[in-house]
Amino acid sequence: MKIISANFEKKDSHTLAVYEAGGGYAAARKALSMGGGAVVEEVKKSGLRGRGGAGFPAGVKWGFVPKGVDQPVYLCVNADEGEPGTFKDRHIMEKDPHRLIEGIIIASYAVGIHTAFIYVRGEYVFQIARTQRAVDEAYAKGYLGPDVMGSGFALDVVIHRGAGAYICGEETGLIESIEGKKGQPRPKPPFPAVVGLFRCPTVVNNVETISALPFIINEGAEKYASLGTPKSTGTMLFSVSGMVEKPGVYEQEFGVNFWEFLEKRAGGVKGGRALKAVVPGGSSSPILTADEARSATLDYESLAEKGSMLGSGAIIVYSEDVCLVRALAVITRFYAHESCGQCPPCREGTYWLHRIVKRIETGAGTMSDLDLILRVCGNMRGTTVCVLSDACAMPVESYVRKFRSEFEEHITRGGCRFPAETG
Amino acid sequence: MEKHTAATIAFDEEREARFQRTLRAYPEKGAALLPALWLAQEQFGSLSDDVLAYVASRLECAPVKAFAVAEFYTMYKRERVGRFHLQLCRNLTCSLMGSEKLRAFIENAVGIQPGGRTPDGLFSLELVECLGSCGTAPVLRVNDTYFENITIERMKAILENCRKGTLPDPESL
Repeated sequence: MKIISANFEKKDSHTLAVYEAGGGYAAARKALSMGGGAVVEEVKKSGLRGRGGAGFPAGVKWGFVPKGVDQPVYLCVNADEGEPGTFKDRHIMEKDPHRLIEGIIIASYAVGIHTAFIYVRGEYVFQIARTQRAVDEAYAKGYLGPDVMGSGFALDVVIHRGAGAYICGEETGLIESIEGKKGQPRPKPPFPAVVGLFRCPTVVNNVETISALPFIINEGAEKYASLGTPKSTGTMLFSVSGMVEKPGVYEQEFGVNFWEFLEKRAGGVKGGRALKAVVPGGSSSPILTADEARSATLDYESLAEKGSMLGSGAIIVYSEDVCLVRALAVITRFYAHESCGQCPPCREGTYWLHRIVKRIETGAGTMSDLDLILRVCGNMRGTTVCVLSDACAMPVESYVRKFRSEFEEHITRGGCRFPAETG
Repeated sequence: MEKHTAATIAFDEEREARFQRTLRAYPEKGAALLPALWLAQEQFGSLSDDVLAYVASRLECAPVKAFAVAEFYTMYKRERVGRFHLQLCRNLTCSLMGSEKLRAFIENAVGIQPGGRTPDGLFSLELVECLGSCGTAPVLRVNDTYFENITIERMKAILENCRKGTLPDPESL
């Protein structure tokens, strides 16, 4: 079932003409005639959950915006896409930016928003240009601007280019960044829905979440909720990479067996090698052993049950010849680099985890390092303003706990027995 | 490019127009800092202290604010990069798919280390974090263009083209 990626294969799918020829913008028209409250109810009923990583129900999030405040309300569309392994939102902006814009119209109208910012990571220059052209087309057609589709509803869309900072994918870091500051997250509460951008109520939703709205409005919440599982409704774009035959973005209804999905859609492990482990939801998600991956299903509940998470749907496949100590050294270096520096447990913890994992990888570690790693992780969990600290500690704990023998082997051998590269 | 001093720094006509449009897009002037820094970097090549002071003066904010923001975000460059700025991803999937080997190849072929720039100003090299191109790893970004599924052969072709003065079309390689 293709909802988000329905147009990806069409020629010139990024143009307004092609989008409209496929029925595009009918959902926005329908929403504008429904009344905002009815749109919110429909989205709540659909069970749509945030696709950026946290999986929070979108309609419920909208419901947190206080009613009748004498302030503007803002929408921030999160297109920062920095979670290692994730490359789905760029496909939406490249191949179907009008679906995103139509979703923005629907969300904005539902919540009473008149200005939406799309926060796109700075490297996505091509995707920014594509999306800006689509925004311009929508303005020219009267789908954006002071009188959206003749409804009297006003909506402006502004694209804000990031400049290279993973932390700006965190919603309050993103808000700080739009305000022209360093992307250092804010303490919560207050949550952005109450005090967000420019101190006003703000909704922050991921590109893919917003892009699901046209289908939900066109086909109805029940149709959407009938797809997937009761708690993971609809479909998700999975970014599959690593040691796999056919890496790529695959839209998949929730609830299928993890391993079957990898075999059927992505061609299984590269070169017929054995599966060692899988990262199910971006580098922040705890690792799954091959056995866990074989018995998991692709949905929020099953992965939570296995002690991991669906995250951003970024699946990274490790074959038998991948060195997990080296992989973890890469991961910890990344978080140490991206820690914004305001909370000591994160700033110091990510730095030391990288130092320790790196020394094990190069053969200079000791057995007591393994418990030291776990102790540092414990001190990083739940002790900081945002979850970057946890996002580093969670995978580190899981690699060391589930694959401890590989770390021990590096320590006793004084180095790595795996090939330097696997691809 | 001529040397800019604090007294002579100003947006050119086109960028001034874009700067004015940017100001109108945000309800608060200070929010235009990131886009204004992009404009300045585009025009002046890097964000020197003088350029940062100029941007700050246009936004009526303290120069230290512009300085802090320019230092926080990795894509703002305080020093000039090469005419061809090679950005090699070193994150998880790219490292599985051979980015280390590519790094060694580039260092050898161009004669610089990460963070360096060739004396003729043609190349600079930076190791970057996940570029959102893991399905087509390993990936190299040159200036604003992504080159995906990079092999040593493709890397050679890219560097050869750059030496002749043109960034190749990724599709043509």
